[in-house]
Amino acid sequence: MRRTAAFLRLLGAALAAVMLMASVPASANDGVPMPQLAKPKGEKCVEPTDYMRRNHMDLLKHQRDETMHKGIRTKKYSWKGCVECHAATHPDIAEGKVPTLYPFCAQCHHYAAVQIDCIQCHTTVPESVMKSSKAEGEADKLMTMMKGHLGETEQR
Amino acid sequence: MTDKAVQSETGTSGEGCGGAMSRRGFLGISAAATAITLAPGVTLISPAAAKPADQAASPKVRWGMLVDVTKCADGCDDCVVACAKENGLKSHNRPETDAQWIRKVTLIDKANGFTKTLPVMCQHCAHPPCVDVCPTGASFKRPDGIVLVDKHICIGCRYCMMACPYKARNFVHEDTRGQKPHAPRGKGTVESCTLCVHRVDEGGSPACVEACSKGSGALMFGDIADPNSAISQEIAKYGAARIRADLGLDTGVAYRGL
Amino acid sequence: MTKKIALTQVEGRSSGWYGLLVLFGTVILAGLGSTWYMEHNGHWVTGMNNQIVWGMPHVFAVFLIVAASGALNVASISSVFGRNVYKPLAPLSALLSISLLAGGLAVLVLDLGRPDRLIVAMTHYNFKSIFAWNIYLYTGFFVIVGVYMWMMLEKKMNRHTKTAGLVAFLWRLALTTGTGSIFGFLVARQAYDAAIMAPMFIIMSFAYGLAIFILVIKFSYTWLGRPIGAYVCLRQRNLLRVFLAAMLYFVAVYHLTNLYATEHHGVERFILLEGGIFTALFWIGQIMIGGIIPLVLMFHPATSESRIALRIAAFMVIIGGICQMYVTIIGGQAYPLVLFPGMEVSSSFFDGQINSYTPTLAEIVLGVSGIAIALVLVLIVVKFLKILPASLADSAFDPNYVEPVIHPTDDEAPETA
Repeated sequence: MRRTAAFLRLLGAALAAVMLMASVPASANDGVPMPQLAKPKGEKCVEPTDYMRRNHMDLLKHQRDETMHKGIRTKKYSWKGCVECHAATHPDIAEGKVPTLYPFCAQCHHYAAVQIDCIQCHTTVPESVMKSSKAEGEADKLMTMMKGHLGETEQR
Repeated sequence: MTDKAVQSETGTSGEGCGGAMSRRGFLGISAAATAITLAPGVTLISPAAAKPADQAASPKVRWGMLVDVTKCADGCDDCVVACAKENGLKSHNRPETDAQWIRKVTLIDKANGFTKTLPVMCQHCAHPPCVDVCPTGASFKRPDGIVLVDKHICIGCRYCMMACPYKARNFVHEDTRGQKPHAPRGKGTVESCTLCVHRVDEGGSPACVEACSKGSGALMFGDIADPNSAISQEIAKYGAARIRADLGLDTGVAYRGL
Repeated sequence: MTKKIALTQVEGRSSGWYGLLVLFGTVILAGLGSTWYMEHNGHWVTGMNNQIVWGMPHVFAVFLIVAASGALNVASISSVFGRNVYKPLAPLSALLSISLLAGGLAVLVLDLGRPDRLIVAMTHYNFKSIFAWNIYLYTGFFVIVGVYMWMMLEKKMNRHTKTAGLVAFLWRLALTTGTGSIFGFLVARQAYDAAIMAPMFIIMSFAYGLAIFILVIKFSYTWLGRPIGAYVCLRQRNLLRVFLAAMLYFVAVYHLTNLYATEHHGVERFILLEGGIFTALFWIGQIMIGGIIPLVLMFHPATSESRIALRIAAFMVIIGGICQMYVTIIGGQAYPLVLFPGMEVSSSFFDGQINSYTPTLAEIVLGVSGIAIALVLVLIVVKFLKILPASLADSAFDPNYVEPVIHPTDDEAPETA
């Protein structure tokens, strides 16, 4: 069952990637609306957009092992770095006060039906925001909501 | 460039400032960024050199801690509070399943009633039983002696918790909320004291040590592989015991006055 | 010499067969439901905690895994030790051992904190871990016993049976050594850390596996209406007597060794005298129900020939086995780690305290579902493969059988189940 589900997710991800690259706007007979990705901070990502769309998971995974096991903490491909630039506010979340990964990562993953395992442990609120104590309390409440949005419960 | 950095990191004091200069140059932008997060007003810690971000943890370093039991105050739990705050540990009012990476233990000598109190956390063994038993290799020891759980590959079997002689490990029994960016935690995986590895990598000291330095000053952090470090000299001068030294695990945490 | 006994399939269309399928299926679904409940909420909804990290699922899982190895006894005796009388029962013995292992492993996996990451356990290995060895020992066991069954069931392959049987026999010894060592290698725990755990688990596996085998035979033959003679019962009784006596001997040696070392007096006093539920389960469950009473039943002249007594004895051995696992696994964790010998220790993290454990329904259901998984596998396979001997009657089985004056030829008994 799980394997079938995983396979379907993979298929969905591949389809979504193809559709994104072609950047076809949502057509009338498309059941799920196309994700409208939030504009990240900064001029450009650490790698060209096309490359990132296909390979961001591999970059993250490689960096994850480097950081975890060797203590290499370069910023370029770090999860924290991703969150810092790609977290954005969204009117539906915390009244648009706290930036999260929903408007960028989660929407697309949701669309592609790909589980983001990362956020089961990692916070989705940027470090710079977390440092202000006001946001921290907010972030607590947010995590509950975020996990719902990111489809954590769909996993099991 | 990396070679120079390695030299400066591991070089003895005799090599002088050349190495230090190159490291400072090497650190460049990241040093400026990390300086802000460094602990203010730390008195008792030996100065830990910041490692360049792209450099792997060195096997020539071994991070360790010295607990001066004679200074550890009864009823004080500053280290415990600091740890929970630093790592985003939340209580759910369920003491049997709530996470405690560090805890205060009270000992009463049965023979004479003498009482003492001390913190116990992951002892960062040189030969950690948790690492031996972990089926997937999620429990591992970094080159610099810090014992960690790689939660990405932890399957939650809890064999490490059975194997640890110090009861240092916790299982995350519920969904996590409000994790810190530097301390991810997730339901169904095992966790324990990381020696605040995120701070250590940036040249800082663990949160418990920092908190204690403002009060009792019973905790000291440093490189126990370097005989010239403050912690090594302190241990050499006054001696120190290890909890369950009979197991031969060569713990990284030592206790004076145990 | 004995006659050649035909192995046959069961029809598997009776209401009894479907009834069992529904029964086991329901228990398995309930087990999966329990897993979902535990994984969805996190393990705080179970009785397990940071002190008692392994609970009821592990009691059942380890019991089943240990019994799995023992269920292979009959096949080993036939193939390795050349007792041809057991040959017709060998395929069932092999099937039961695979099924029990599957049931035990399923429970173990479903209790993981992250069962969705099972693939990680297959792709990341730490070769110093006994658990990692066991992953090889378990998967290897499936393959080896599977091949062994093939050799037994396929006429053309029969000549390899002895070799396959020998490999399977050696492998199961390694497997139970590995299972026992999970506990034996835990240096820090007062109740474990003993090399004798591995051989003790082997002898326990002999007893538990045989007890389950006896019951499976009895019930399936009763339901199928196939004859079962006194000869096969008495042979199994004799074996079980030896295994039980040996098990009690190992338990005695284990505790006596501990009692000699002053360091272990605390944990021994806990298990043997002051441990409350653990002491009760040890003396009443493990020793009396799981050892002494079955031995008396099987030795006393009044009951030793009785098949019902043998059935009761086998059932008691299983109950005793589960009690033993509870005492070993939970009791071993309930007794606190000794960090500071000679000191009275206290903390907010339950240092120096006897730890409490109250199993919840979900855990117990998950554990029991492992038994259902094992039995449902047997139920399904005997429908599709020729596993069960057509008859276990004395006329077919006993080499010294003397035909009574009035006796029907019962080799092709009618199938009713």
